Amino acid sequence: MLKKNLVCIVCPNGCDAEVMMEDGQEIKILSIDGCTCDKGKEWVVQELTSPMRTIASGIPVEHGDFKLVSVRTDAPIPLGKIFEVMTVIRHKKLKAPVAIGDILVPNPAGTACNIIATRNVAFMAV
Amino acid sequence: MKTIKKDLVIIGGGPAGLAAAVSARKKGLSDILLIERDKILGGILNQCIHDGFGLHTFKEALTGPEYAQRFIDEFHGLGIEAMPETIVLSLDKEKTLTVSSKKGFVKIKANAVILAMGCRERTAGAISLPGTRPAGVYTAGAAQNFVNLQNIMIGKRIVILGSGDIGLIMARRMTLEGAKVEAVFELLPTPSGLARNVQQCLNDYGIPLFLSTSVFELHGKDRLTGVTVAKVDEKFQMIPETKRLVPCDTLLLSVGLIPENELSLGAGVRLEPATSGASVDDRFMTNIPGVFSCGNVLHVHDLVDHVSEEAALVGQSAAAYLLDRTESAAAIPVVTKEDIRYVLPQKISGKTDVTLSLRVTRPMRNASVLVADGDRKIARKKLVRLHPAEMIRIKVKAKHIENAEKLEVSVQC
Repeated sequence: MLKKNLVCIVCPNGCDAEVMMEDGQEIKILSIDGCTCDKGKEWVVQELTSPMRTIASGIPVEHGDFKLVSVRTDAPIPLGKIFEVMTVIRHKKLKAPVAIGDILVPNPAGTACNIIATRNVAFMAV
Repeated sequence: MKTIKKDLVIIGGGPAGLAAAVSARKKGLSDILLIERDKILGGILNQCIHDGFGLHTFKEALTGPEYAQRFIDEFHGLGIEAMPETIVLSLDKEKTLTVSSKKGFVKIKANAVILAMGCRERTAGAISLPGTRPAGVYTAGAAQNFVNLQNIMIGKRIVILGSGDIGLIMARRMTLEGAKVEAVFELLPTPSGLARNVQQCLNDYGIPLFLSTSVFELHGKDRLTGVTVAKVDEKFQMIPETKRLVPCDTLLLSVGLIPENELSLGAGVRLEPATSGASVDDRFMTNIPGVFSCGNVLHVHDLVDHVSEEAALVGQSAAAYLLDRTESAAAIPVVTKEDIRYVLPQKISGKTDVTLSLRVTRPMRNASVLVADGDRKIARKKLVRLHPAEMIRIKVKAKHIENAEKLEVSVQC
């Protein structure tokens, strides 16, 4: 048997999860202790099979009342894909206006998510 | 100087000020003015572009700007007046404010004031960092503003001092933007930020965290070239043989937040040494009648959801004070015992249910927070993990405290 300790990142409680797994290549979870909610338990299973994260960044906006529109993925993406998605974000440029919730890039780097705007950026003539 | 009159003036348009304004209006108060020094409302949330806000309030993980926008939309929807790009220069105990904006100086006579100015970061000067004074030393929040709002990259090789949440968040942010974050150093033997942030901001990216370690010298003439770090003993004294040089061009400081109470002090508001914020009753009224305090200017919070909740209560209190002219009846002191750093409110009436907010002095496991009146136990909350970085809230019912003499809050292992 294999014991693994994880800190849950679902909410600020940050529960200490203790997972017992069978030895071997395949991931077989025997028990999960320490999680105080079901979402946490789901996260632990996900984390051990294929860890996922939501990421946030910014994209420059021309003629905007903000220089950048803040953005995030609207669903978690595989941990290993973060830098590929960041490259997509870094090469993107936008023109004002941008509205909160706008889909700016669908399926970046082949992931099952959209890059969405998290701020309104109004048009501002220079 | 022109003088105007307002029923309620709220100083600060961040999460606390917005929630207070919205709830005061919903309680029927019409004459409200919110003053904000920035061009836009939302305060520090505007630069906190990472997600994780609103899990309590909206049951979803929002980014800072998204969380702020929900309150800003509600604020405007209710037609509340805001005065942006305006700074409050002074507040006196008669609740007269002097404010300055592009339009000039104005005096505002208020019947009630809500202090919602937030907090400030401790700087290199505040922690007496020795060494030269090169460019490249920023507080984590200043760096966050440059990178997330102004699109200015601040460095390539980063060292972070202090493991507060903003420092951890910035370690990830700088990494995503292509910088190399060498390490995070923390003076204390435990991380100051939330455990989930150590996981998702450092461990995910292989950024090392060195505990009981601090920065002892800055190097570089024009630009920072490196920092000397060393381990410390239990008394936080440097262990000389552990000194080593870490080359870097940028140092970010995440070494604590201090409530910004200069205006409060000018009005004669009494501050608590343990929080650096006002001493308040269960309506969040300070010792100056009609002056209320909420959010990070009252005590530094770790979750914005708690700020919004607290501020909404304060908005209601201020509205009740103005509409019903209720006097403060708080006479029951709330005091801390061993292992509790502070508890708030510091005085209660016993007539209404109250949520006590508190922090412990040191990390503990499997312990209870106990609220007692002498030998009588009033409330108990069992916790698996207690940490100074995590605010603990405990509800106390009015029926249990109406005849209390004094509430004592302690930790029982």
